[in-house]
Amino acid sequence: MAPSLSSFKTLRLDGVSRDFGTVNALRDLTLNIERGEFVALLGPSGCGKSTALNCIAGLLPTSRGAIFLDDQRLDILPTEERGFGMVFQNYALFPHMTVRDNIGFGLKMRGIPKAEAAARVEKAIETVRLGTQAHKLPGQLSGGQQQRVAIARAIVVEPPLVLMDEPLSNLDAKLRLEMRQEIRRIHAGLGSITIYVTHDQDEALSLADRIVVLRDGMIRQVGTPEDLYARPAHLDVAEFMGFRNRIPAKLKTRSGDAVAIDVNGVLLQGIAREEFKGDDVIAAIRPDDLFAGETNEGGIPAVVEAMEYRGRDFFGSARAKDGTELFFRASRRHAPGETVALIADPARLLVYGAAQ
Amino acid sequence: MSSVDYHSNPGLKARLAARGLDSVTLLVLPAIALLVGLFVYPFLYGLWLSFNPKDGSLLGNYFKFFSDPFLYDTIGTTLKLAVPVTILNLVFAVPVAFRVRLMKNQRLLTTILVLPITLGTVLVAEGMLNYLGPQGWANRIMMLFGIISSPVKLTNNYWGVMLSLVITGFPFTFLLTLSYISGIDPALEQAAATLGAKASARFRHIFLPLLIPGLAITFCLSFVQAYSVFPSAVLLGAPAGPTRVISIAAYQAAFEEYDYSMASAIAMIMGAVQLVVVAFVLQIRNLFYRGPAGGAKG
Amino acid sequence: MVSNEKSVGSRLWIFAVWATTIFFIINLFGIIAAVVTSSFATRWLRAWFPDGFTTKWYFSAWAEFQLGDLLIVTFQIVFAVVFLSGLIGVPAAYAMARRNFPGKQIVLLLLLLPLLVPPVTFGIPLATVLYKSGLGGTMFGVILANLVPTVPFVILVMIPFIEQIDPRVEAAARVFGAGTFRMFIHVLLPLLLPGVLASLLLVLVRTIAMFELTFLTAGPTSQTLVVALYYAVFAAGVRAVQSIDAMAVVYMVTTLIWLVIALRFVNPTQMVTRAKQQPAH
Repeated sequence: MAPSLSSFKTLRLDGVSRDFGTVNALRDLTLNIERGEFVALLGPSGCGKSTALNCIAGLLPTSRGAIFLDDQRLDILPTEERGFGMVFQNYALFPHMTVRDNIGFGLKMRGIPKAEAAARVEKAIETVRLGTQAHKLPGQLSGGQQQRVAIARAIVVEPPLVLMDEPLSNLDAKLRLEMRQEIRRIHAGLGSITIYVTHDQDEALSLADRIVVLRDGMIRQVGTPEDLYARPAHLDVAEFMGFRNRIPAKLKTRSGDAVAIDVNGVLLQGIAREEFKGDDVIAAIRPDDLFAGETNEGGIPAVVEAMEYRGRDFFGSARAKDGTELFFRASRRHAPGETVALIADPARLLVYGAAQ
Repeated sequence: MSSVDYHSNPGLKARLAARGLDSVTLLVLPAIALLVGLFVYPFLYGLWLSFNPKDGSLLGNYFKFFSDPFLYDTIGTTLKLAVPVTILNLVFAVPVAFRVRLMKNQRLLTTILVLPITLGTVLVAEGMLNYLGPQGWANRIMMLFGIISSPVKLTNNYWGVMLSLVITGFPFTFLLTLSYISGIDPALEQAAATLGAKASARFRHIFLPLLIPGLAITFCLSFVQAYSVFPSAVLLGAPAGPTRVISIAAYQAAFEEYDYSMASAIAMIMGAVQLVVVAFVLQIRNLFYRGPAGGAKG
Repeated sequence: MVSNEKSVGSRLWIFAVWATTIFFIINLFGIIAAVVTSSFATRWLRAWFPDGFTTKWYFSAWAEFQLGDLLIVTFQIVFAVVFLSGLIGVPAAYAMARRNFPGKQIVLLLLLLPLLVPPVTFGIPLATVLYKSGLGGTMFGVILANLVPTVPFVILVMIPFIEQIDPRVEAAARVFGAGTFRMFIHVLLPLLLPGVLASLLLVLVRTIAMFELTFLTAGPTSQTLVVALYYAVFAAGVRAVQSIDAMAVVYMVTTLIWLVIALRFVNPTQMVTRAKQQPAH
């Protein structure tokens, strides 16, 4: 019988791997997820996040490793016996069934008595606020409504684990924001684990309790949204999290994590995020934490190339002496060709080794 | 001073164009003319001709057909061949197509199966005369394995025609079924699996309902092909007796008795019987969901 | 859905499905191999294999059945059908794909019917009309009869193909100053070419193998290879079996050459599925 929601505490992925031929699409995914947690698998396309999700769901066989729900080993079970709920990227609603039948499908497969099933379906319809659409076929619904049906169908069976595969990618921007809040609300009400696959860091940051960043099939970093936003462990994670400026620099001094670096002769303070092999380093900083000062003191000199107005402030691009392109924030419009000194917030200037 | 009045209502040309009738639309005319001249007109002419028999009465041909067992039996003979063959082909095609759907490289198999369709019924009949004959390889192999003790008669009777319809009909049915199955979004099956449906339940609740409209069309097309069997019924069957199908009767009326009126009547009856079967199957199909099977919006 | 262990029942089922398929294919190749073997046989009676092999039947078949003339007639008819189907079908498909006009549904039905009604059914009234008008038995009559299913086929294959060409490409060509003719030559034709090629190759293969319509409308001088083969088998006993088989092999090779060429451009499923089974994604 499928694992029931009431009894479990932890989902444990132990070295889950998947090879396609000689390609390692997923390598050694090891992760413990506690009940009630919302975990996002984040990464660019081809990073292995969907492979991971499909392996957990049983839609792809694993090559190595195991999946446990408490002490029960799940990876040896076929999909239909794992008892998870899954929301697919294009929803995969059954086109020949009404909304109500779609949502009730999982209960029917579990042999839940009709009266109880009907009651639970109604409750799920209410949860996703689809009251008036219940008799319709999926083809008659809008994208957002279809999304709600897909979610209701996954949660009505009260699975210990809900898997979501880029569920918002087919919606327009406004609906996406709205559904984010819905998903968070539904997750909170359910008390199960949600694993959410996305390539959109905003989505991951706003939804997840914990984010797992994947790249080339491997975990690059696991952490809270705050961790990831402020302290990416690797340069590629930093870039993915919005650290658009990569500034080549020389290491001067290091004590603990506090480092001093030399950028084109200007001395800057920053925070080291890893051990360095030589003294060639790369400083990463978000455009918002690099601003054009009013004086020319203490900043990286750069020649302004373009400015754009953002409402509250200005966003600009400039080129440093060594040719590095820099993106920055400014409080006024600087003319192209003007030299500005870009001042970095030392607490937000992260320094990584250059040999990568 | 302007010579063009552009304030009043649009001219005829513009009004026609607004309804989709412009010079581009006219490109469809040659095709329509061809089909009206070579398909619709002959059909109507045949219909009219069938009501003008040699004896001058309106329904003479039809009375003659339905009073002569040598003629009206051909309907039963044809149905007895076409219906079992169509069902058989469909019953085999569905499970095979379900397996092949999972194959990465379907091309080799589909290419092999397109062979008998491409070669046509005449060549298949010619080959089967030898292969299934009393001294042919089929009988020899069955005797080698001890399945039979003496050669079985597989040609010049019902079974010869039946087998030839399987050889040419199965690939057709299979390829059509495969294309319908491939049109069903695989995510639907995955979704059903995550919701706890086992293989048999996925087939019953997801695939079958989505496939039935396509299977109904497949049935109709395969049936119509089997029903109009001609060369193999003559070459592989017993065209004077058990495999005297309706197309043989029509052919004989036209080209042996030169009674075009009677031939047209038989052709009309043939068309009508097909239509009844097709209409019946499509009526059943209407009871099922018929929308896209690719997931609601993809 | 995917489990690493398969139950005995499902293994048996899979085995049964593949066994059936392989059994079918073995018989299919057996049929073809029997024809080929026989065509090279010196004498083949009451044995697994012939006494010896020879190519003489090909020479006698070539002379007896006038295969040279037959091949010429066949290809004259087939290429005329292919050319005319393209000439009539492609512009019609373009109109059907690009315009919505009153009565379009009726035209669509008119296109579907010749493909749904089997050739024998409409072939007999059609042959009657052709014979009354004096075209019966002529090569022109055979060509006309063959156009009835091929023109709708080309149109129905081409409609979805043309629909997936963005009309804005044509609009762009006009914006950049191309007139109708130059737009057609430089923009539309290159985009249409793969589809035209594929559909015409399918027409070619289908027309070589089209027995019923040709059989009903052809006379002695306008027979194609497949009809001549039918008559030869029908009158079996008059000529040596091996000679007929040699002719069958010639027919087979003629068809298969074009099939192999066609398969470079089209998917085998396209040979049976008409235009409507385009994937819905």
